[in-house]
Amino acid sequence: MSEEHVLPLARPQVGVSGKTGTWRVIRPEVDHSKCIKCALCWLHCPESTIDIVEEGEAYIKIDYDYCKGCGICADVCPTKAIRMVPEG
Amino acid sequence: MAVRPLTGNYAVAWGARLSRVKVVAAYPITPQTTIVEKLAQFIESGEMDAKMIRVESEHSALAATFGAAAGGVRAFTATSSHGLMYMHEMLWWTAGARIPVVMAVATRTMGPPWNIWTDHSDIMGQRDTGWLVMMAEHNQEVLDMTIQMFKITEDPRVFLPGIVGLDAFILSHTTEPVDIPEQELVDSFLPPRRQPYVFKAGDPLIMGNIPSSLEENMKMRWDIHRSMEEAKKVIQKVDAEWERLTGRGYGGLTECYRCSDAQYLVAGIGAWVGDMREAVDYLREEFGVKIGVLKVRFVRPFPREDILKWASSVKAIAVFDRSVSPGSAGPLFLDIAAHLMASGTMLPIKDLLAGLTGVDVTYEDIANALLRFVSEVEEMGTVKQPIEWYFGR
Repeated sequence: MSEEHVLPLARPQVGVSGKTGTWRVIRPEVDHSKCIKCALCWLHCPESTIDIVEEGEAYIKIDYDYCKGCGICADVCPTKAIRMVPEG
Repeated sequence: MAVRPLTGNYAVAWGARLSRVKVVAAYPITPQTTIVEKLAQFIESGEMDAKMIRVESEHSALAATFGAAAGGVRAFTATSSHGLMYMHEMLWWTAGARIPVVMAVATRTMGPPWNIWTDHSDIMGQRDTGWLVMMAEHNQEVLDMTIQMFKITEDPRVFLPGIVGLDAFILSHTTEPVDIPEQELVDSFLPPRRQPYVFKAGDPLIMGNIPSSLEENMKMRWDIHRSMEEAKKVIQKVDAEWERLTGRGYGGLTECYRCSDAQYLVAGIGAWVGDMREAVDYLREEFGVKIGVLKVRFVRPFPREDILKWASSVKAIAVFDRSVSPGSAGPLFLDIAAHLMASGTMLPIKDLLAGLTGVDVTYEDIANALLRFVSEVEEMGTVKQPIEWYFGR
């Protein structure tokens, strides 16, 4: 490109739109003892903020920097292992 | 080269074909429809190596055209009137993304009531989108500008989309002899496609994400404005190059007809500039009025410098507008008046709102209105009313 223009471009990367977790007003909390490792929450999370980690008793881990608190994970959890609690 | 009888719409189609457009996406609307019908025919017969995408709306037509262009090929669409309004949001996205695309607009008035005849309400409503906007006077200019517009918009100094406007029916469906240049000539004129970036599979890129800095976002708008200013030079250069190849040049952003000794100017855009030429010839011969025609070819970028140059030696200017911003005035008048006043050129200027909604305007109508304008200025040194509706004699 011979002329430099100011372009509305970005490369996809984690957090390219900022820490969207700050938008959250309710947060998902996980009771790992009730988790049956079905991964439905991981499948349904629209922001891909749930990872399968299998660390100690935790099968999943939520990235609170980007979780917007939509509550879909709590809704799909068949054992009610995830519940939404108010922030702050 | 071969001279053939072509409608304005077929001239557009030939221009797109000769520019080796690879993707056409369109939705039919009168009076544009025969442009894309002809292109579909070229593609079907194998005379044109391109894909035709039939979409469900004009919004999608430009979205698909933009998508193809962002993918790295020359892409084209055409529309009119309500279709252009439906597309309006995507005009902002295409220009803001800085992706060169060429679109033909067969100018047609807006409803209600339903009306298919020409005025410039649709095209003038796109002035602020960041698209280059030009209006042609005749079918040869339509064909030549479709080709030129690809070269202008793909110049790295510009990298903005562009509209070639042609008046509904007066050009779109009227047959004139048009010289169709040889493919080899157009190939030598148009370089390979250039654009600021290309979307490629396996190389993810985001266009239009929420900005991390609003200042950076504002600079994007400044850059579009700056590139419009740069486009003026590119338009001149491309037009001069086309003239060397074909013998046909159009003066760049403006042409001034019989202006060397003119005391008055009449300004306009589009097909009725031809009628203005006749009116001026008539007024000079019958009444000895020294008047010239200022043909404004590009509405965006606006030819501020040219207007100042042509206006510097005249007593007064009449502007014919075929659209109006209700509550203000005609858009061409507003631009001309603003730039003249801002540069300190104070002279009487009159807006003649005529031919809206397709009302026929003949050269006699134009001559009649101009004669009254000239007498006002001669008698009073100014105009009675700066904004006047002309409904006919």
